[in-house]
Amino acid sequence: MIEIISWLIPLPPLLAFGLIVLFANRSNRASHTLAIGAMLISWALAMSVFISAVSGGELPVSTEVEWLPTGDTAFNIGTWIDPLTAVTLFFVAWTMLAIFVYSVGYHNYGNARDPEDRPGFPPQAGGIEPMYARFFAFISLFAFAMLALVVTDNLLVLFVGWEIMGFCSYLLIGFWYGKDSAKAAMVKAFMTTRVGDVFLLLGLAYLYSLTGTLTYSEILLNAETLERLATTPSVLGPGTSAAALIALLFFIGTVGKAAQWPLHTWLPDAMEGPTPVSAMIHAAAMVSAGIYLILRIFPLITAGWRHGEPLPDVMVIIAFIGAFTALFAASLAIGQNDIKRVLAYSTISQLGYMVAAVGMGAFVAAAFHLITHAFFKALLFLGSGSVIHGVEHGAHESGEHIDPNDMTHMGGLRKKMPLTFWTFLIGGLTLAGFPIVTAGFWSKDEILAEAYGTNHLAIFIVLALAALLTAFYTMRQITLTFLGEPRSKAAEHAIESKWTMTAPLAMLALFSLTIGWAGIPKGFPVLSSFIPNWVHEFVGATLLEPVESLEFNVIPLLVSVGVALGGLLIGYLMYRRQEAGAPDPLARLGRVYVWIQNKYYFDELYDFLFVRPLFWIAETFVYRGLDRRVIDGTLHGVAGLAGRLGGFLRNKIDLPIVNRSGDFVGEGIKTAGYQGRVIQTGRVQAYLIVGIIFAGAMLSYIFFLS
Amino acid sequence: MNFPILSVIVFTPVVAGVILLFFPQDRHDWIRWFALAAATLALLLSLVVFIGYDSAEGGYQFQERAEWIPALGISYFVGVDGMSAPMVLLTGIVIFTGVLISWRLDDRPREFFLFLFILATGVFGVFVSLDLFQLFFFYEIALFPMFLLIAIWGWKVTREYAAMKLTLYLFIGSVIALVGGLVMVFSSGLETFDMLQLQTAGFSTTFQRIWFPFVFFGFAVLAGIFPFHNWSPDGHVAAPTAVSMFHAGVLMKLGAFAALRVGIVLLPEGARFWAPLILVLASINVIYGAFIAMVQTDFKYVIGFSSVSHMGLVLLGFATLNRDGLTGAGLQMFSHGVMTALFFAVVGMVYDRTHTREIPRLGGISKVMPLATVAFIVGGLVSMGMPGLSGFVAEFPIFMGLWRTQPIIAIVVVISIVITAAYIMRIIGKVFFGAMPEEFEGQFGDVLVQDKVALVLLSALLVLIGVYPAVMAPMVASGAEAVLRALGVG
Repeated sequence: MIEIISWLIPLPPLLAFGLIVLFANRSNRASHTLAIGAMLISWALAMSVFISAVSGGELPVSTEVEWLPTGDTAFNIGTWIDPLTAVTLFFVAWTMLAIFVYSVGYHNYGNARDPEDRPGFPPQAGGIEPMYARFFAFISLFAFAMLALVVTDNLLVLFVGWEIMGFCSYLLIGFWYGKDSAKAAMVKAFMTTRVGDVFLLLGLAYLYSLTGTLTYSEILLNAETLERLATTPSVLGPGTSAAALIALLFFIGTVGKAAQWPLHTWLPDAMEGPTPVSAMIHAAAMVSAGIYLILRIFPLITAGWRHGEPLPDVMVIIAFIGAFTALFAASLAIGQNDIKRVLAYSTISQLGYMVAAVGMGAFVAAAFHLITHAFFKALLFLGSGSVIHGVEHGAHESGEHIDPNDMTHMGGLRKKMPLTFWTFLIGGLTLAGFPIVTAGFWSKDEILAEAYGTNHLAIFIVLALAALLTAFYTMRQITLTFLGEPRSKAAEHAIESKWTMTAPLAMLALFSLTIGWAGIPKGFPVLSSFIPNWVHEFVGATLLEPVESLEFNVIPLLVSVGVALGGLLIGYLMYRRQEAGAPDPLARLGRVYVWIQNKYYFDELYDFLFVRPLFWIAETFVYRGLDRRVIDGTLHGVAGLAGRLGGFLRNKIDLPIVNRSGDFVGEGIKTAGYQGRVIQTGRVQAYLIVGIIFAGAMLSYIFFLS
Repeated sequence: MNFPILSVIVFTPVVAGVILLFFPQDRHDWIRWFALAAATLALLLSLVVFIGYDSAEGGYQFQERAEWIPALGISYFVGVDGMSAPMVLLTGIVIFTGVLISWRLDDRPREFFLFLFILATGVFGVFVSLDLFQLFFFYEIALFPMFLLIAIWGWKVTREYAAMKLTLYLFIGSVIALVGGLVMVFSSGLETFDMLQLQTAGFSTTFQRIWFPFVFFGFAVLAGIFPFHNWSPDGHVAAPTAVSMFHAGVLMKLGAFAALRVGIVLLPEGARFWAPLILVLASINVIYGAFIAMVQTDFKYVIGFSSVSHMGLVLLGFATLNRDGLTGAGLQMFSHGVMTALFFAVVGMVYDRTHTREIPRLGGISKVMPLATVAFIVGGLVSMGMPGLSGFVAEFPIFMGLWRTQPIIAIVVVISIVITAAYIMRIIGKVFFGAMPEEFEGQFGDVLVQDKVALVLLSALLVLIGVYPAVMAPMVASGAEAVLRALGVG
């Protein structure tokens, strides 16, 4: 039964996509009914798989069919349900369902279309989105890709889902393609992630050429294959094993998709898309897929390594990039004034935690944080969308022209939008890791505890610092947005959003609070005695060798409580009295603040280092220099030379010497020509007929001879 | 003897072309419908061959043989294997869609279709030839109408230059290949042009190393190998739409195919010796073409240089000399043929309406021509190797084969996929979804129904092969197997 269901999970959204595009693109109601209905079916199927998986069903469950016969063996595709799949399905299905429902309200369903709104631009005055149906078609395709990526049993289909998602994100980030900024962002997102993708492609090619398969069970759960890959020297020479090189190539794919430094620049710009898209990309699907990939290939990354041993190079690289990104992005988030950009950098930073955890070999901690992050980050994004909606409404009412995303114009929204405020507060505290009651505390604490417990002190300190900054920017955001007094007329006139938007917020808030209780570490005072560490036992069983859980240690716990509360407190104290138009207190940091505001000039740097040289090489060197000047120039030179040679022959030899004697013959031919003129009709087809008859005669002559 | 299906396919176009001459010149509709009927027949028959080919058995099937000039060891000898059967189908598809796309051509359609059909006969002939003389014979037949088609019906600004450039390049290439071919025949001592026998000639290693470049590079000129590629973008741009489709879609494959069949299969030792050079040149093709495509402002030049880039992948696949690379190259020939025919068809439709190909001056096409937009996006995704479409099915094995031979080249070449995405995305963003210039507002309508049929057929093929590669991959793999046997590694 589960076998069949697992096949069916991704299909309803694909069907919805097709139906909306073909039949329902004129009807708003039909399009969202189809999309949400399909998502609901997928959600129900996913839940049934999840429930059967956690209630002790035999795992993993796998099925396959033949897809591409290659030589003697056939390439099969199928589904694969193991604990990691089950929990990923759980959070993907819930968050996507929430996002789908939320989109109805977000795109102003129920309001009349404003005649001034044009497709490709966001509606200005609360009219329904002109391309409503198209939006639901695109997110359905997006959902299909993500679900297919999760349930598949092999890396090739994973790559298919991965790429379809990349394309959907391109379409959705640029959904309002009339805006130049959106158009630039869509291209940037697609191109940057694609740099990662091509390395992933190479990794797949390499892995397949070594093992002849891309199926999880035959590579990742096969100790013999893993052993072989770990001992085979890579093509780059001895020193690195094939497993390490493949893992590294895959990891570059993750760096692109999960927006890790140095391929992080696309993600903040991707905020140009509608907010449900931001939630989709940054929480439920795309970036999570990046982390899912490195969790999936965890056995490959750690091939040949035992828990407790020093980390091999590839894991050091992963851990370093993750930890560095966590701190780096958190430091950028503190200086942003756009409510969604804060969250964007926060996403990059939180993904850095997961990457660092994988790098340290902390599989379960990474997976746990992936799950909690999906819920609270979806909540925060949808909450920020609700805030923007409210402020936009206020701006329209009061006739004030402000950027509805800018937090410096907000303030005091807790009274105007209570539901949004409370849910956002929950999301924010979860992100900050507020102790005990929030899920973020448990999952982030687990990563910190791993870093400390396995003696990676440098990583521990970096991540703890990042956690401090996280708590700080979260509280800065909450304080600026909701607390204090309104700093603009728009904020004064803001109103609460519709139930289609707030209900998903409430649901996600509930998960943000409760889901952490499934992963209370063993040995935690009081609580662990009556709640088992379910996450560890269940998710840990994904791997071939069960992971030992660490001894409980109070130091990382105290540190993580300390940084969370400390950061929240500083954030509150610094921003609670922020006046309209007053400079940001951080401006006192001077040049550092300028650097932060300019995102450390990475965009400019990349433009200088890559984009411009690339175009210069293409235009000036390759095209004008090599192609037109050297190659064509040579050709034209040769042609000119041949022409001159011809001229020489004609003028110096042919005319004076040959022609004179030929003139005599020529006259004779001229006479003949006049007589034969009757066949020269000047019509092309007549020539052709003569030509063909002649050719036919020649051919038959040749045949006849033979 | 069975029904001589291959011969019927080969000669259907030229016979139809001759019959066309007896049509009254001004009855354009009759001419078009008759041309379409002939093209349909060719397409259906090639489909029969494609479906009828037994991949499990492999080898040359549908063979026909007749004496031609026995005194010289020349015979009329045709047959298809796993490599050529998809090429025959591709030719059928491109001739069929090419006729559909040319529906609006009003300048002497009768002569136009005649030349196009002569070209088609030449191309079909090369793909099915098993006799070297006959192969050259059809090869020249395929080349000569190009000159007229471009010089008479081409883009007024560059057509004479482009037609001359193309003809000179290709004829010089074919003469060089011919020299190599003749040397092979006369030094084999077998007194035959039969390629199956020549394969067993057992040429010495030195001989193979000396003569391989003549044959391979002579033909590879037509595949657009660097630095002999420059005829192709100029030719594509100057040619009328259907000819561009034929040119980039089929003709360039002709060069690659002949280079494989005559070069690599008959002179395997030479291939092994020269493979590193081909690898390097072909990877230059891939990157170089992509780079130039990125900075072109002429829509058609972008596609022209993208063909140079993608044909580089075919040659790379050949040069790996392993199963994955060869299979991928065979699939890429088909996939790229369909994709690039689709591209040129859309470019032609846009140009017919806007009368400009300058990308900065175009915009908003998606509103007026939605189907053409979708088709172009499908083609674009194929060209950037999006999984689920035929481009991925072809490129993945190539990269696999390449990684096994030269990982560094694989890494360098894979970057070109990113550049491909850059130029395709730029066109989609600007030409199709950008703001429509006011001068075009309300000036033109959607494409004809004939155009739609062609676009749907071409895009459906790209999707079909991407989603279910088993319709073609095993056949091409059996063809690759045969090449490997010739190389002595199968």
